Amino acid sequence: MSAPAHPSTDADATPGAGSTAAAPAPPVSPTRRGLLGAVPATVVVLVLAFVPFFLAEDPVTILTRILVFGMFAVSLDLLVGITGLPSLGHAAYFGVGAYTAGLVAVHWTPSAPVPVLLAAGAGAVAALLTGWLAVRSHGVFFLMLTLAIGEIASQLALQLDDITGGSNGLPVPSIRFGSEPFDADFRIAYTYWYVLAIFVVGFAAMWLISRSPFGLALRGIRDNEDRMRSLGYTPFRYKYVVYILAGGFAGLAGGLFAQVNRLVSPVDAGFALSAITLLALVLGGAGTLWGPVLGMAVVVIVRDYYGPDLGGHGPLVLGIVFVVAVYVLPRGMAGLAGLLTGPRRRTRRSIVPGEERTS
Amino acid sequence: MVDWFDANLVSILNGFAIGSLLFILAVGLSIVFGMMDVLNLAHGALYLVGAYLAYSLLDGGATWGAFLGALGLAAVFGLVAGGVLSGMTEPLAKRPILDQALLTLGIALIVAEILAIIYGNDVYRIGAPPGLDGSVSVAGNTYPLYRLVLIGIGLFLAVVVWLVMEKTSIGALVRAAVADREMVSAMGIDNRKVKVGVLAFGSVLATVAGVLGGPVYGVRPGLDETVLLLALIVVVIGGLGSVKGALIGALVIGQVDSLGRALLPELASFVLFGALALVLILRPQGLFGPKKVAS
Repeated sequence: MSAPAHPSTDADATPGAGSTAAAPAPPVSPTRRGLLGAVPATVVVLVLAFVPFFLAEDPVTILTRILVFGMFAVSLDLLVGITGLPSLGHAAYFGVGAYTAGLVAVHWTPSAPVPVLLAAGAGAVAALLTGWLAVRSHGVFFLMLTLAIGEIASQLALQLDDITGGSNGLPVPSIRFGSEPFDADFRIAYTYWYVLAIFVVGFAAMWLISRSPFGLALRGIRDNEDRMRSLGYTPFRYKYVVYILAGGFAGLAGGLFAQVNRLVSPVDAGFALSAITLLALVLGGAGTLWGPVLGMAVVVIVRDYYGPDLGGHGPLVLGIVFVVAVYVLPRGMAGLAGLLTGPRRRTRRSIVPGEERTS
Repeated sequence: MVDWFDANLVSILNGFAIGSLLFILAVGLSIVFGMMDVLNLAHGALYLVGAYLAYSLLDGGATWGAFLGALGLAAVFGLVAGGVLSGMTEPLAKRPILDQALLTLGIALIVAEILAIIYGNDVYRIGAPPGLDGSVSVAGNTYPLYRLVLIGIGLFLAVVVWLVMEKTSIGALVRAAVADREMVSAMGIDNRKVKVGVLAFGSVLATVAGVLGGPVYGVRPGLDETVLLLALIVVVIGGLGSVKGALIGALVIGQVDSLGRALLPELASFVLFGALALVLILRPQGLFGPKKVAS
């Protein structure tokens, strides 16, 4: 792992960087802040890289899933938190990526980054085709259209059973590097490192997008689309591009999921995944990028780790957490971090930062 | 043309039956939404509650008493649920649409999961009340009588809701609130009371629709999502807060869904989405939606 230059997971947690999500433009030298932010990020990445040496196989497997779904949550945060586009159907692109990676691995090559890269491409193309329609709509219409897109994706996966295996799912061959499969003794650790490497690259890319002038324009659109338009921006173009990018990263996460889980089924493109990912955003704090990863960690642990103990009724617990979180954590866990590090926040913040209610 | 019509008569009638049910569901969703900006994603879960109520009461034998009892219980449950939903969304009234939608999504997850704990994962059929459980001959095709009755109920409700909306002061209030809620509030009308009333009305329609739809579509886990999606598509096509839009949208989607399944089974969901996309490209606010674009 040689990724110290990547500002990663904890970039925003440094004291003094707390106002990032709310402020439309950080006026002071982003380069210096990026360097400061890189320190804890590097520490986090290094700790994560050494995890397989300390932890048993089960926790490492859970952590692998957290990274996979965490990247998906970050890609949704690009839409919901950064741009203010509340999508209920983002799992569609995750599903497209998962099936693409699965089919590539079955029919062509399971050789390491090929399936996931094609998955990312497929996710972006799917977003390109559907986003043109979705992004034209506003508010509630956007919610509904994306909901419809997600539902149609999972129904399609169910109906095209010649290709996708229908409700039985699509079995995916295990990952290979070149022609070699992973050594059986260390398969879990190698898989984890593979996922971690792609997660770090993906997260860094999304972080850079959100900090670029393009990302600032997206925040501007989130906060006040009309003003951005009067400043000469074309919000549609920006929203469309970020929708495609988010679809691409969702496809990347889906591709990883296919390779890690080794089975893809229509549920993986369905509404339930979009719903729990929104829950992760609510829990973690939308618009911070790293918050949703933490939120997703909670969701995955409740659903996959404690799920069997709850008699398969993890969704019930998640539903209750969901309802409570909407009330008591309007800024998510990231909001709690903000309280600890100092900067005061306006009391009536919404889950989507900056989106003011107009009626 | 006549041959085609004859061959697909059953599908067309099925489309009307689905359309009727969708209208009952969508009109509540649409008005709640158009008036209060509350996107009630628990609407499908309420339908599921009604359907399971019908199953519980009618399982011992499909009598009129049990059927009417299920309708009554469903209506009471809907009233209570409307009150609860209204109370729960109130603290979020100043927050964006997404927050309220997420709240109702959480509620929907909880309700669906509780129902799954009680009833398991089985698919149940529900019998129609006696006298309506037979078939009749329609232009040479046998067709279940209950579905025809369902079509009738849907049309009857459409007329009633239309009359209430167009001819009474309550209807005038609802239409005014859809057009400009702030102004209605400024004229001294308590928005919260209106909200409780509207949500209760919408929820009752959803639970009652569950009972009415039971004998046709049965009940199973996951039905709530299917139903919610169809109702949402109807609302988008028809336009927010419009009764006429909900009716036309429901009839169109009922036919598209039913004929799509019969004629192009592989592409049924594409056809549905295609209809939605077409309407949104031509008229972004829906067929009968208000001119302003909801923000």
